[in-house]
Amino acid sequence: MLFTSYGFLAFLAAVLILYYTLCRRFQWQLLLAASYLFYYWSGPKNLIFIMVTTVTTYFAALKIGHYGEISAAYIKENKAKLTKEERKAYKAGMKKLQRKWMLACLFLNLGILAVLKYTNFAIANINFFLDAFHVGEPISFKNMILPMGISFYTFMAVGYLVDVYRGKYPAKRGLFSFALFISFFPQVVQGPISRFDDVSGDMWADHKFDGKAVSFGLQRILWGFFKKLVIADRILTAVNTIIHDPATYDGIYVFLGMMFYALELYADFTGGIDITIGTAELFGIHLKENFHRPYFSKNIAEYWRRWHITMGTWFTDYIFYPISVSDPMLRFNKFARRHFGEYIGKRMPVYTASAVVWFATGIWHGAAWNFIVWGMMNFVVLMVSQELEPCYKWFHKHFNVNGTLWYKIFQIIRTILLMSALRMFDCYRDVSLTFRMFGNMLVHSRIPQLFDGRFQTLGLAAADYLVLFIGLLILIVTSLIQRSGSVREKLAAKPLIVRFACWYGLFLAVLIFGAYGVGFDSSQFIYNQF
Amino acid sequence: MNELLDMLSDLHEDVDFESCDTLIDDGILDSFDIVTLITQIKDEFDVTIPADEIVPENFNSAEAIWNLIHRLDEE
Repeated sequence: MLFTSYGFLAFLAAVLILYYTLCRRFQWQLLLAASYLFYYWSGPKNLIFIMVTTVTTYFAALKIGHYGEISAAYIKENKAKLTKEERKAYKAGMKKLQRKWMLACLFLNLGILAVLKYTNFAIANINFFLDAFHVGEPISFKNMILPMGISFYTFMAVGYLVDVYRGKYPAKRGLFSFALFISFFPQVVQGPISRFDDVSGDMWADHKFDGKAVSFGLQRILWGFFKKLVIADRILTAVNTIIHDPATYDGIYVFLGMMFYALELYADFTGGIDITIGTAELFGIHLKENFHRPYFSKNIAEYWRRWHITMGTWFTDYIFYPISVSDPMLRFNKFARRHFGEYIGKRMPVYTASAVVWFATGIWHGAAWNFIVWGMMNFVVLMVSQELEPCYKWFHKHFNVNGTLWYKIFQIIRTILLMSALRMFDCYRDVSLTFRMFGNMLVHSRIPQLFDGRFQTLGLAAADYLVLFIGLLILIVTSLIQRSGSVREKLAAKPLIVRFACWYGLFLAVLIFGAYGVGFDSSQFIYNQF
Repeated sequence: MNELLDMLSDLHEDVDFESCDTLIDDGILDSFDIVTLITQIKDEFDVTIPADEIVPENFNSAEAIWNLIHRLDEE
C-alpha cells in the first residue's frame, strides 16, 4: 500500500484514532497489529520472511546476551582470583561462543536477502559466461519474490544483533515488542534504517495525545506529499521519456534528463522519508533524520554524510570500521607501510575497506551491474578527491576564495553536477549505454537543441514547468530557512493567519497540483523497490 | 601519553593535541587517521581497539584515546 494512496490515509486515520482512544493502554500492541496488517497487504507470503528474521534475530540476540551476562558475572566473582591473562582468555572463550551465534544468525538472514534479491542477477551473469564460451544450456530464471523493505529490515536486524554482540545494550526481552521494532509500518517501506537504541525509548512508551506533536507530524506528512505528488511524480514523465528513448533524446536532453532525475530522486526519497518521520511522530515515535540538506554539500564526501544518512552510518559502523581494524587488515596495514612506504601503506587498507563498502552500497541499491558500477564510481571519485586534497589546500592558500559566497555556490553546483552525473547509472538500461550517453552529452550538447521541437514532446505542458519551477523555489527557500532551525517551529511562532496561509496553501497545492486525476494512483516510491 | 601525542602529531603536526577535545567533532581526525592510529596503538601498546569502540567520545581528545587504551588494556 503506497503512502500516497487513499487507502493508506484511511488506514492511518483509523490506527491513529484507536491509538489515542480505545487502545490507549495497548499502544505498541496496536502498532504491531497495524504493522503486520500493513505488511500482509504487500503480499501474505512476505510475512513469512519478516517473521523468520524477527524470530531468529530475537533468539540469537537473547543467547548472545545470556553468554555476555554469564561472562560478566564470572569475571566479577573471580576478579581477585584470576590473573589478567586468565581473565582475557576466559572472555575470549565466551566471546567466541557469542560470535558463533551471531554469525549463524547473520548467515541465515543475509542469506535470505542474498537469495531473494540476487539469485536472478547471479543466473544472468552465469548465463553470460555460458553463452560466451558456448558451454551448456542457459539456466532459467527463478520466480523470486522480494518482500517489501527486506533490505531495510534485514539491515536493522543485523545492526541490532551486532550491537548486542558488542555489548552496546542488552538484548530486548519480549518477542512481540521486538517484532514491532523490525516491522514498524512507517519505516518498513523505505527506511530510515533505525538503530534499536535510537527508537527504543519511544517505541514501547506510553504516549498521551499531544496536539503539537500530532500537528507537527501532519505538517511533515503534508510536506512529504507536496514533494512526492507535486514535484517527483510530475517530473517523472519527462525523465521516463528521456531515458527510455536515448536515440531520440541525446545531446543536451541527456543533461536535462540527468538534472530532472536529480530533482525527482530528491523529491521522491526525501518526500517519502518526510511522510515516514511525520507518521511516526503522530504516534510519538521519533525516527532518525535521513537527510541533512544534501544538495548544499560542498564536496562529495560531505554529500554522503548528508544523504541517506542512516544507510551511510550503517555501512561505516558495520562494514567499514570492522574491516579496517580487523586483524588481517592491521597486518596488511603494517605490510603495506613496510613495503610501499608510509604514504601508500597508510592508504591501502582504508581504500580496500572503502572499496568493499562502495561495492556493497552499489549492490544493496539493486541487483544489476549499473548499481555496482555506480557504487564503484562513487568510490573512485571519493578517492580521487581525497588524493587531490593537497592541491585544494594549495589552491585555497594561494587564492583567497575559500569561504566566499560565490566559491561556496561553485562548490555546491560542482557537487550537484558530479552526483547527478553518477546517478545516470540509475537511469539508463545498462552500463555501456550509460557511458555512451554520458559521452554523447559531453560532446553533442548544444543549447539550440532545446528549441528543435523535442522539448515539447517530453510529456510536460508549460503549466507543469511553471509548477515545477515554483516547487523547486519552495524547496530551496525552505532548505535555506531550515539552516537556522526547524521550519515548523518557526512557523508555529508566527501569527495564526500566516500559519493558516502556509499550511492551507500547501494543502491546496497538493490537492490541485498533485500529479493525479480521477482513478490515479501515485507512482511507486523509488526506494520502495529495495 | 607522550608516545600517543607523538603519534597524533605525526598525523597532523599543526594541531595542539594536548588541548583539543573536538578531534572528531571538528573533523580533524578522519577515517584514515583513525585506522592508522589504531594500527600504531596495536604496535606500540599491544592493545587492540575493536570497531565498536570507534565512537566520537573515545577519539575526541588525546586524553580520551589514552583512557581508552588503558581501559582496553585492563579488560
